[in-house]
Amino acid sequence: MTDVDHVRPVPDGAPQGAPSGGDSPRLADLLRRSALGDESAFAEFYDATSARAYGLALRVVRNPAHAEEVTQEAYLDAWRSSTRFDPARGSAAGWLLTIVHRKAVDRVRSVEAASARDETWNRETTPTEHDLTAETAHASLDAARVRSAVATLTDVQRRAVELTYFGGYTHTEVATLLDVPLGTAKTRIRDGLIRLRDLMGVAS
Amino acid sequence: MSDLHKLTGAYAMDALDELERARFEQHLAQCEDCRAEVAELRETAALLAETAAVAPPPSLRDSVLTGISQVRPLAPEVTTIPLTQSAPTRSEQSTGRRGWAPLLVAAALALLVGLGAMIVAPWADDDEVPRLTAAEQVLQAPDAEEVFLDLGEAGRATVTRSKSQDKAVITTEDMVAAPEGKDYELWFMSPDEEFIAAGLMPDAADQTVVLDGSAAEAIAVGITVEPEGGSEQPTSDPIALFDLTEAT
Repeated sequence: MTDVDHVRPVPDGAPQGAPSGGDSPRLADLLRRSALGDESAFAEFYDATSARAYGLALRVVRNPAHAEEVTQEAYLDAWRSSTRFDPARGSAAGWLLTIVHRKAVDRVRSVEAASARDETWNRETTPTEHDLTAETAHASLDAARVRSAVATLTDVQRRAVELTYFGGYTHTEVATLLDVPLGTAKTRIRDGLIRLRDLMGVAS
Repeated sequence: MSDLHKLTGAYAMDALDELERARFEQHLAQCEDCRAEVAELRETAALLAETAAVAPPPSLRDSVLTGISQVRPLAPEVTTIPLTQSAPTRSEQSTGRRGWAPLLVAAALALLVGLGAMIVAPWADDDEVPRLTAAEQVLQAPDAEEVFLDLGEAGRATVTRSKSQDKAVITTEDMVAAPEGKDYELWFMSPDEEFIAAGLMPDAADQTVVLDGSAAEAIAVGITVEPEGGSEQPTSDPIALFDLTEAT
């Protein structure tokens, strides 16, 4: 597989218009320096990614204190395993968010968080109005592209993807929640993601 | 396209349970197409996080930077790159037991398809016992009793317990490896349904392992998937539960 730095939106075809794609080499370089023990590089990496990491954790685990713990653990893992990051296999942000997601999902599954898992998953969460850092500003540019791609999914695809990624449910649980056969849930999760991949031009 | 290939999306979004994940990772090791697709879909899923961005409280930055100043990055590895390197997190392990008794039943119902509980005929007579390993002593004890579990595609396992020896042994066949960054941990269940750690299972498909600790009183043996290095209490539901009360 080649690099996944070409994360760019298909619409308008402006290559440098994709913030996360454009940011990728810089983030990869920060991780490379972190692997050599450069704490200031890691601080920069944190500043560039923390809104996405914390926001994702918060969306999955719901509880802000838990989200902070999950995010902190994920960054510590990222720091420790920065030596193992390989830019040829994916973007630095994708790598970090994979770690965050995994931990967040582990958390909701290990904690009996029934009370936190209400029906609000599909409610549009408005990001709380913290100071608009460069990160959140740029993320919102990307967010608009992602949202418009998500809007093209079928209803079942979108729900399946959202319940899986943000809800932290297993595909078996998603099948039950959506009242569809397991095979259908599996397929919707996959073809929903594949459609997003193609729309957003995630290449390998 | 086999069914396994269709799991790339669910795998990329951590939507498989531990056993499915272990199975799929075994498939991934042999399927270049799936590896490539998983990488792309993970990358795609991560883009969804853009829509959830929320600035964290400033104190989090301090905690992270203080944390990293106290530990060095791992030594580089020349083999594979763990995409989800996960260190054992003790804070997650305080969840404690959660109604193990119903779980015992549920897990038994779910997993004991093909359960054959049987009593082993003592084939080793008392006289002339040569030097035996600890495992052999249990397996050949006159009072050895065993529970066999067929875990489907995940393999097969047998727990043998000897009350007189106060030990138990687990023997596995074609057992799938634990998921990346995880270990299989063994547990004794005490009569009051507490789980007592009984050691980690080494990564090997076919093996015989003597469980740590006293086996005579145990009512069951469980296997859970735990963060690397194991946990003091199970952090997930058992993937297999051997009901020793059924073994006699």
